[in-house]
Amino acid sequence: MVDQFAFALDVEGLSFCYGEKALLEEVSFRVPVQGFTGLIGPNGSGKTTLLRCLNKALTPTRGRVLVAGRELSGLKVKDLARMMGVVPQQWEANFPFTVEELVMMGRFPHWPAFGRAGQDDRAIVREAMLATKTWSLAKRPVTELSGGECQRVLLAQALAQTPRLLLLDEPTSHLDVSQTLEICELLTKLIREKGLTVLAVFHDLNLAARYCHDLIMLKEGKIYAQGSPNKVLTPENLAAVFGVKAVIQADPVLKKPYLLFFPMEERASQQEGQESQE
Amino acid sequence: MPAKTKYRLAVAGLSLGLLLTGWVALGLGPVTLSYPLDPFQKKILFGLRLPRIILSILVGAALAVTGVLFQGLFRNPLADPYILGTSSGAALGATLALYYDLNFQIFGLSARPLFAFAGALLATALVFSLGRHRNYPAVAHLLLAGIAVSAFFAAVTSLMLFFRREEMEKIVFWQMGGFAYARWAEVQVMIPYLAGAFLYSRSLATELNLLLLGEEKAHQLGLAVVPFQRRIVLTASLLVAAAVSVSGPIGFVGMVAPHMVRLFLGPDHRVLLPVSALAGGLLLLLADTLARTLLSPVELPVGVLTSFIGGPFFLYLLRKNRLAPE
Repeated sequence: MVDQFAFALDVEGLSFCYGEKALLEEVSFRVPVQGFTGLIGPNGSGKTTLLRCLNKALTPTRGRVLVAGRELSGLKVKDLARMMGVVPQQWEANFPFTVEELVMMGRFPHWPAFGRAGQDDRAIVREAMLATKTWSLAKRPVTELSGGECQRVLLAQALAQTPRLLLLDEPTSHLDVSQTLEICELLTKLIREKGLTVLAVFHDLNLAARYCHDLIMLKEGKIYAQGSPNKVLTPENLAAVFGVKAVIQADPVLKKPYLLFFPMEERASQQEGQESQE
Repeated sequence: MPAKTKYRLAVAGLSLGLLLTGWVALGLGPVTLSYPLDPFQKKILFGLRLPRIILSILVGAALAVTGVLFQGLFRNPLADPYILGTSSGAALGATLALYYDLNFQIFGLSARPLFAFAGALLATALVFSLGRHRNYPAVAHLLLAGIAVSAFFAAVTSLMLFFRREEMEKIVFWQMGGFAYARWAEVQVMIPYLAGAFLYSRSLATELNLLLLGEEKAHQLGLAVVPFQRRIVLTASLLVAAAVSVSGPIGFVGMVAPHMVRLFLGPDHRVLLPVSALAGGLLLLLADTLARTLLSPVELPVGVLTSFIGGPFFLYLLRKNRLAPE
C-alpha cells in the first residue's frame, strides 16, 4: 500500500493553555513516515503534555495536528486508536487481568460494537508478545509484574493495535541495559520492516542520539531546537536547555554523538560570588 | 482449571442453586401445603410465594448488576448500587407518598413504589447534572455530588417524618427493605427493566474491562470515555431505581455478590456480569427465605438479614483472600 501522505505526524502552531498558563506554545514539527523522532527536554518542559495533545487526551488551545494526513480533531477516538498506539510512562494495574488479556485489549479499536476476539486477533497478540519477549508471561496476572515487565507488556499492547504511529513516553525508564537496547532495536526493526513511525520521549540523551533520526528539544513549552542529533545536541543547546556542561565525542563504533555531562561550574561559582558580595 | 470451564461451572451451579432454593422456598411458610391444593393454598402458592420468590431473585440480580456497573465505573470494588444517592431519593419519594397519604394505582402499582421510583430517578438526575464538570475528572465529581445529594434528601425525609411522627414506623420499616408486599405487579415492573438493562450491560462488558485500566489508558485504546461513563450511569440508575421502588433499599447484595464472583473468577466483565446477576439473585432469595421463616410467622426485614450475614462473611472472604499465599 502506498501512503498518500509524506508525514505520519504534522503539527502546526500547537499551543495548549491550562487556565492562564501556557504549557505549550506554538509547537510545529513533522515526523516523516518511518521516522524515529526523539522528544527531549528537562522535566516540566511539556513533553508529556505534547504527547497527550497528540493522542487527543487533551484538546489543544490552538493549532492543527494531522495524523497520517487526517485532521486529528475530526478523528473519532476509536479510529485514532487504530492508527496510533500510546505507551505511557507509568501505569498501575489495579485489577488482576492476565498479561494475555491485557494485550488482547489492544485489539479493541478493530472490533465492531458487540465484537469479540477471533483467530486473527490471537495471532496478532501472540506476535506482539513474542516480539516484546512477554509471551512467557502470558498467564501471569498483571498486578504481579515488575516495572520492566509491565513496560514491555504495555508496548506489546500498543503493538497489538497494529498502529502506523507509536507514541512512547520514556519507554525504557524501568528497563536494564540489555532490555533497553532490545526495545530500541525492536523499534528500529519495526520502523524498517513494518513501516512504523515512532515519536518517543527520552531522558537518556545518549540513547536518543544513538537511535533517533531526528530530535525535538523542548524548553518551557517551546521548541528550542530540532533536527538531526548532531545539530541539536550541541554544548550551547544543552547548556541553555538542561543547564549542564556537555562534552561531545563521537561514538567510535556508530559515529553518533556521545555525550558526557558535567555541572555548570562557572555558574555555580558565579552564584557563590554574588552571595558573598551580598 | 481453564477460565471457560470455571465460568460454565459457576453458571450451571448457580442456576441449579436458584432452582433448588426456589423449589424449597415455595414449600416454606406459615401455611403448610398439602396435596391436592385447595383454592386457598393455591392463592398462597401462586399469588404470594411465587411472585415473592421471583421478585427477590430479580431484585438481587438487578442490585448485583448495578454493583458491577458502578464498581467498574469507579474502578473500586467497594462501590455499591446506592452510591449516587438513589436510595435517599427513593426514600424521599416513599415518604412523600406516606406524608400526603396518597392512594392511587397505575398498572397495579400503588403510590409508594411509583413515588419511590420517581424520587430515585430525580436524585440520580440531580447528581448527574451536578457532577458534570467539563469532562475532567467527572467520576470524582459524581461521587461528591452523590454524597451531597444523599445527605440533602435524607435531611428532607427526616424533616417530613418529624412532622408526621405517626408514619415514622412505616417509613423506617420501608427503609430496611423487604418483599412483604411483593405481588405480580411488582414482578411485571422489574422484568422489562432487568431484561433490557441486562442485555444492554452485557454489550458494555468489553468497554468496562478497558475502563478498569484507567481512563487515560482506555482512551488510548480507543474508548470514548465520557460518553461511555454516561451510558453506565444511566443504565445502572434505571435498574437500581426499579429495584429500590419495589423492595426498598436492600444493602450489601449489590456490593458483595460481584465481589465474591470477582474473587473466584477474576475481573473480566464478560464473566462478571452474568455470574454476578445469578449470584445476587441466589443470595437475595436465600436471605428473603430466611427472613420470612427464621422467626415465622414474624418476618424479619430482609435488608437487616443481608447485612447481618453479609458483613461478617465479607470480612471472612477479604481476610482469607489477603492471607492466601498466592
